[in-house]
Amino acid sequence: MQLESLYQEIILDHYKHPHGRGLRDATEPDDRVGEAHHVNPTCGDEVTVRVATDGEVLHDVSYDGMGCSISQASASVLHELLTGRDTAEAYRVHEAFVALLSGRGQVTPDEEVLGDGVAFEGVARYPARVKCALLPWMAFKDAAARAGVGASPSEVKA
Amino acid sequence: MTTIAIPSGMPQYDDVPRYDVAAVRADFPILDREINGHPLVYLDSANTSHKPRQVLDVLREHYERHNANVSRSVHTLGTEATEAYEAARGKVATFVNAPSADEVVFTKNSTEAINLVAYAFSNASLRSAAAASSAPSRASGTDERFRLGPGDEIVISEMEHHSNIVPWQLLAERTGATLRWFPVTDNGRLDESGLADLVNERTKIVSLVHMSNILGTVNATARITARVREVGALLLLDCSQSVPHMPIDVVDLDADFIVFTGHKMCGPTGIGVLWGRAELLAAMPPVLGGGSMIETVSMGGSTFAAPPARFEAGTPPIAEAVALGAAVDYLTGLGMRAIQWHEKQLTAYALDALGSVPGLRIFGPEVPVGRGGTISFALADVHPHDVGQVLDSLGVQVRVGHHCARPVCTRFGVPAMTRASFYLYTTTDEIDALVAGLEQVRKVFG
Ligand SMILES: Cc1ncc(COP(=O)(O)O)c(C=O)c1O
Repeated sequence: MQLESLYQEIILDHYKHPHGRGLRDATEPDDRVGEAHHVNPTCGDEVTVRVATDGEVLHDVSYDGMGCSISQASASVLHELLTGRDTAEAYRVHEAFVALLSGRGQVTPDEEVLGDGVAFEGVARYPARVKCALLPWMAFKDAAARAGVGASPSEVKA
Repeated sequence: MTTIAIPSGMPQYDDVPRYDVAAVRADFPILDREINGHPLVYLDSANTSHKPRQVLDVLREHYERHNANVSRSVHTLGTEATEAYEAARGKVATFVNAPSADEVVFTKNSTEAINLVAYAFSNASLRSAAAASSAPSRASGTDERFRLGPGDEIVISEMEHHSNIVPWQLLAERTGATLRWFPVTDNGRLDESGLADLVNERTKIVSLVHMSNILGTVNATARITARVREVGALLLLDCSQSVPHMPIDVVDLDADFIVFTGHKMCGPTGIGVLWGRAELLAAMPPVLGGGSMIETVSMGGSTFAAPPARFEAGTPPIAEAVALGAAVDYLTGLGMRAIQWHEKQLTAYALDALGSVPGLRIFGPEVPVGRGGTISFALADVHPHDVGQVLDSLGVQVRVGHHCARPVCTRFGVPAMTRASFYLYTTTDEIDALVAGLEQVRKVFG
């Protein structure tokens, strides 16, 4: 097992310099805000994700949390990939990320869809760490549902 | 120049029993494994220990030669299996100096053993409630010591494994009793300063960990035992981490119950032990009902066997019990004093070595006194998951997370810890590998 396939530069970068960290209030007056707090009971990783949306566009995906490099980098990538997207697109990205992580290393990620998320390809080969990577994404799904933008059609199989 | 005369009879360094670690390691087939291209460095024995060939052989031989159900047949195999099962009980009893083999109840693990006691309490409490509303009934014979209700108190500590927290929380919910606990000091010791208040006339049971699986602390129990006796409560010691690593004598400890688990002491999974004082086990109502635990059954009701059978409903883990007997033989062969001493040296070595790692913070006692060979730490602010992952890539197996003792993590303000734990086969070379691995972690996340 190559450690570098897990801790890719991109992941360490997002971990050391997280993008968009911190929970923010909605700036658009018509936005609905949904928030979800998820924990990984086996390791104590925690993340809170907040979604501000008018139902069409995710105006902000903000987050806060503590945990390992994988879960924290994943939250940073989540923010970067989904903020400003329309909801249908966001769910396509969500689905692609979940599929990549549930794929046990057999899924080839599409950089067009996943951007920096492709760096998590290696994580999929470490079953113990898949949950870390998915933690913010699962919290996002709940937060989005609470903001009234429906549930992702995908379910985690990991 | 003065010469110091050593008084005769004083134990000397060389008198400490020792064994050859390299020879011992040869008994454990798994220690030959490579992990990610490196020799296995197994520092997770507090989680589960490895098993020597002597134990694995007995396990296989039982199934190949003596397999049959116990206590249910007159045939030869059934007799052999029963004898082996009961012989294992005898070995375990001798191992912890129990006055009688009948004081040893086989369970699935420590968790089940603690739950067994907790459910005996609530069954006794329910039965006495039922007896009050529908006398006369056999339940009126329920022992006062096991009756719990509102106003009664259960005492644990902040350094318990979840196995010694949750069953008591549930028991408190079922009965209306109150759960209280000893705090932990900054040094990771049990804070006994509130003993007189914490253990009082309302206390029914005190259930404490003997050696912490996360801080490594070995609790001195004498003062607590004295107080428990004074107020007439019962004392359970969770010896899951002490029985595998040091000589344990239940008479000396003067506890009412102890629990331990086979897989942490060179035995297989699926077998654990509840030891209880004979008189208390006899006063306890059954918990699981079924075959082998009865005296006689009719459609109108049943009467129950004497302990330990009363608490071993159904077909028990026979082969596992027999193999646990072999594990006890193995440990006794090496000598528990020798094992304890070996680990004490390792602990002193490891505390020193870890102390030299920049940014490393040890949780729990930092001196090798009143503690065992289980050391939890933080490395700067690198998350334990990441520490464990880098170490794994170097073959070093440590545990990361909350170690089923989340209140301890909370107490020390961290979500998780990294833990290295040693056993009779651990070497100082392995501790060096850990320290070198931590250097690598610092490089990746520095
Ligand atoms: C102190 C302590 N108590 C209880 C347990 C539970 O043991 P088991 O999981 O075998 O029931 C453990 C082991 O994890 C432990 O370390």
